[in-house]
Amino acid sequence: MSEKAEVKYTAKDYSSGIDVRWCPGCGDFSILAQVQRSFPQLVGVEKEKIVFISGIGCSSRFPYYMNTYGFHTIHGRAAAIASGVKTANPDLSVWMATGDGDCLSIGGNHFVHLLRRNIDINVLLFNNRIYGLTKGQNSPTSEHGKVTKSTPLGNIEYPVNPIAMAIGVEGTFIARAMDVDTKHLQALIQRAHQHKGTSFIEILQNCVIFNDGAFDNYTLKAHREDRVVYLEHGQPMVFGKEKDKAIKLDGFTPVLIDLKDGKHSVNDALVYNEKSKELAYIISQFSDNSAMPLPVGVFVDLDYSTFEDDMTNQIAEAKKKYGEGDINSLLRGKSSWEIN
Amino acid sequence: MDEKTPVEPEHSVPEVVTVEDVTIRFAGDSGDGMQLTGAQFSDTIASYGNDLGTLPDYPAEIRAPAGSLYGVSGYTIHFSSHEIYTTGDQVDVLVAMNPAALKVNLKDIKKNGIIIVNSDSFERKNLELAGYAENPLKDGSLSGYSVHSIPITKSTLETLKELNLPLKTAQKCKNFFALGVIYWLYNKSPEITLKWISEKFKKSPELVDANIRVLKAGLFFGETAEIFDTRYEVKPAELPKGTYRNLNGNEAVALGLVAAAKKAGVNLFLGSYPITPATEILQFLSGMRNHGVKTFQAEDEIAGIASAIGASFSGSLGITTTSGPGMALKTEAIGLAVMAELPLVVVNVQRGGPSTGLPTKTEQADLLQAVFGRNGECPVAVVAASTPSDCFTMSVEAARLAMKYMTPVILLTDGYIGNGSEPWKVITIEELPEMTAKLNTNPEGFHPYNRDENLVRPWVKPGTPGMEHRIGGLEKQHIYGNISYDPDNHEFMVKTREQKIQNIANDIPELEVVGDKSGKLLVLGWGSTFGAITSAVENQIAKGNKVSAAHLKYLYPMPKNTLEVLKNFDTILIPEVNTGQLAKLIRMNYLVGAVQFNKVKGTPFKAFEIEEKIEEVLKGLGGKK
Ligand SMILES: Cc1ncc(C[n+]2csc(CCOP(=O)(O)OP(=O)(O)O)c2C)c(N)n1
Ligand code: SF4
Ligand SMILES: [Mg+2]
Repeated sequence: MSEKAEVKYTAKDYSSGIDVRWCPGCGDFSILAQVQRSFPQLVGVEKEKIVFISGIGCSSRFPYYMNTYGFHTIHGRAAAIASGVKTANPDLSVWMATGDGDCLSIGGNHFVHLLRRNIDINVLLFNNRIYGLTKGQNSPTSEHGKVTKSTPLGNIEYPVNPIAMAIGVEGTFIARAMDVDTKHLQALIQRAHQHKGTSFIEILQNCVIFNDGAFDNYTLKAHREDRVVYLEHGQPMVFGKEKDKAIKLDGFTPVLIDLKDGKHSVNDALVYNEKSKELAYIISQFSDNSAMPLPVGVFVDLDYSTFEDDMTNQIAEAKKKYGEGDINSLLRGKSSWEIN
Repeated sequence: MDEKTPVEPEHSVPEVVTVEDVTIRFAGDSGDGMQLTGAQFSDTIASYGNDLGTLPDYPAEIRAPAGSLYGVSGYTIHFSSHEIYTTGDQVDVLVAMNPAALKVNLKDIKKNGIIIVNSDSFERKNLELAGYAENPLKDGSLSGYSVHSIPITKSTLETLKELNLPLKTAQKCKNFFALGVIYWLYNKSPEITLKWISEKFKKSPELVDANIRVLKAGLFFGETAEIFDTRYEVKPAELPKGTYRNLNGNEAVALGLVAAAKKAGVNLFLGSYPITPATEILQFLSGMRNHGVKTFQAEDEIAGIASAIGASFSGSLGITTTSGPGMALKTEAIGLAVMAELPLVVVNVQRGGPSTGLPTKTEQADLLQAVFGRNGECPVAVVAASTPSDCFTMSVEAARLAMKYMTPVILLTDGYIGNGSEPWKVITIEELPEMTAKLNTNPEGFHPYNRDENLVRPWVKPGTPGMEHRIGGLEKQHIYGNISYDPDNHEFMVKTREQKIQNIANDIPELEVVGDKSGKLLVLGWGSTFGAITSAVENQIAKGNKVSAAHLKYLYPMPKNTLEVLKNFDTILIPEVNTGQLAKLIRMNYLVGAVQFNKVKGTPFKAFEIEEKIEEVLKGLGGKK
């Protein structure tokens, strides 16, 4: 892009310089690095316009490490606080850092309503499928049967699928990334920024201490290409080191096809369409389905008006219709009387 | 006032008696339009220059079964030719549209008081619903009152016969018949209501016609039926010159906050979740988009306050409005605003508690919650409004203090003054106290927790270059605002946050005493007991009893001279609509004893109750301190 010339910042400009206190090897480091690397490309966004809001958790320490405006708030409420920030001050570029417990358990209510309101906030969900900061209890994304400190005999709850949940509550930009795929994560951060309305990225994040290797099954370099399918709008859903596997839609049922079996060709592969919530929902169901590859990338990217724009427009309309509010006539009211 | 003289009587001329003050209550089914009728009457009264106080009282159910006791809706108007402070201890005139309305309200009617009933509704079914075995109009049980049975429904239908309206529509007009009768009885012109009807039903001319006919029929009925041998006249009160309007407490809060934000030059952001009796504030503010007000109906009370905190962080004045149970949900977030030191106004229109409690009834039982109810050492400023129009003054104060001291301020009002209304001498924005939103834009030497002489940290709007900083709920390092777990720093910050709030005491009016500055007895109140206490104490003083009154509008911190005031009296009597929360604070803060006078029935004090208590205390029978 020709706008490259405008880039004013380097990754370092976004670092607050204080010691980062995550455990060595924590996936959070990579996410921080990718944010700092991609922010100089947020063309036209002055550094002082950026605000990071977080809740509570290891991941929610994120704002302290960014040399932007930041507010580390209370457990679960980041979405509600960010909603106030963006609605009151739509000029800001508002980002939210949150964990799976913060966002989906205690903050589930606010998360749901943020998505449906479509306030232009970029949500980075650090999903490590565990409560990190409180040292290893099950979270709403922990697998059924998983042994954690608070489920010593195995988790008897089923996990929520954050992507499917976001689709269900009318999210307009829904994506998944992995802490270990740095370029892809950077690209999604750019896309989230470009999307007008709430952008939600579930980032699979490794907690080395309490849930190490939770995503290895998919993310290890050795087999990542064979077990992860990258969604791309308008592109066939083909994956594999040799580009030899694909997803085909059989009615409503997605099936895995082998492009080398002589019976299928790339023309049989499902062409992904990020404008289709229906398709996104079908594909979202691959999560935790060991027969299917893990979909990452943009599930949906839809165009709706944002809450804050609608608010701004209502204010403009009201001023047009009733005139710029005159405070003294408001105080006087419609039926006052004089005492002389 | 010539144009306001009602229709000249053509028949017998009943005697016109001048009275000082009158309390009228309109009561009927919740579908009978009693709130509207009452509001019309009070607007008319106000325009005659009487002082007045009004109190709507409606059931928690939206449309309770017709005729049932718990479905009775009432509207009380107390008006007078002198200044008044309450909505009346006892009712002079009850308009009862059905037997249930009579039954529920009978206990409040003065001896020999006037009862006007819609006799058409006193038939078997309605009598049964109200639990009357016999028709009280016929069994002599109302002999202590002056009862006027008027066939209001039949008269209404008769009036509208030629319009061929659907029966239900025609019946709905009957409240205007009752209103017409009362206008006649109190010698008032229906002008304001005629105007109102024409405006309200603009889109359906047949309803304008119908309602006006019925209203006039009520007036003519009063004149021609000769069932009243007296009419009453209440002369205008001598109120200070100026422009007046009627204002209820909730509307006053909304106006006060809008005005304060405008005065300070910031945008106003409300995050709120509907809850009785605070919902109206959200609704009023939602209609003020042309004043630039942003309202956010959140998913719950936590999101309501959280969004307001976010708005304050981003450079607007964030406010949140709620009532008891919602207040409970907001406590953690108030703590965040204390730690982050951001301006925030939290309005609690108190209702009966605990839990869901009595949603439509009033109570003052959230005082200790406001002062103490958070984890950690978590001081916030607490102020309370004492009358409907004082809700304006105190919401302006709450906003001023919140911005000046970068702190949450809790404003306590309650269902009684939130719904109640009174004339308010309109003020202009120019007359408001000075206040500014000091948004810092100078990066030179900036640190987020650097403090000024009042210990207040700077407010910086994100978007300001060179001042990027992080704040949060973790303990802050003095001056720099970085996370700090240092033990000495924590203690220092705890004390600093407390001292900052205590500094507010230098910035608020002193506690005033009504009556002698020293003596035997001081009646000390806070919040909505103001009206009843003031009437009671004025009456007692007029009777020659030595008693004074003082009213706390600032509960945390309290005015600097509070102890000085208290020390000058032998006994402090504290009436409260709770079990003694201010009394606890007074004993705790000042080691001063207090005689409690408590009532927790979901209703405000009546002046006579406080008078009786005062007399008891003066006789030395006050009970334990
Ligand atoms: C109101 C409240 N409840 C509980 C906690 C304790 N707490 C802090 S973080 C956390 C869970 C964190 O898990 P997650 O959101 O997944 O973040 P992670 O640490 O894994 O990044 C809990 C339960 C709290 N701080 N506040
Ligand atoms: S506990 Fe886990 S999530 Fe938290 S910092 Fe350590 S590795 Fe990261
Ligand atoms: Mg987690």
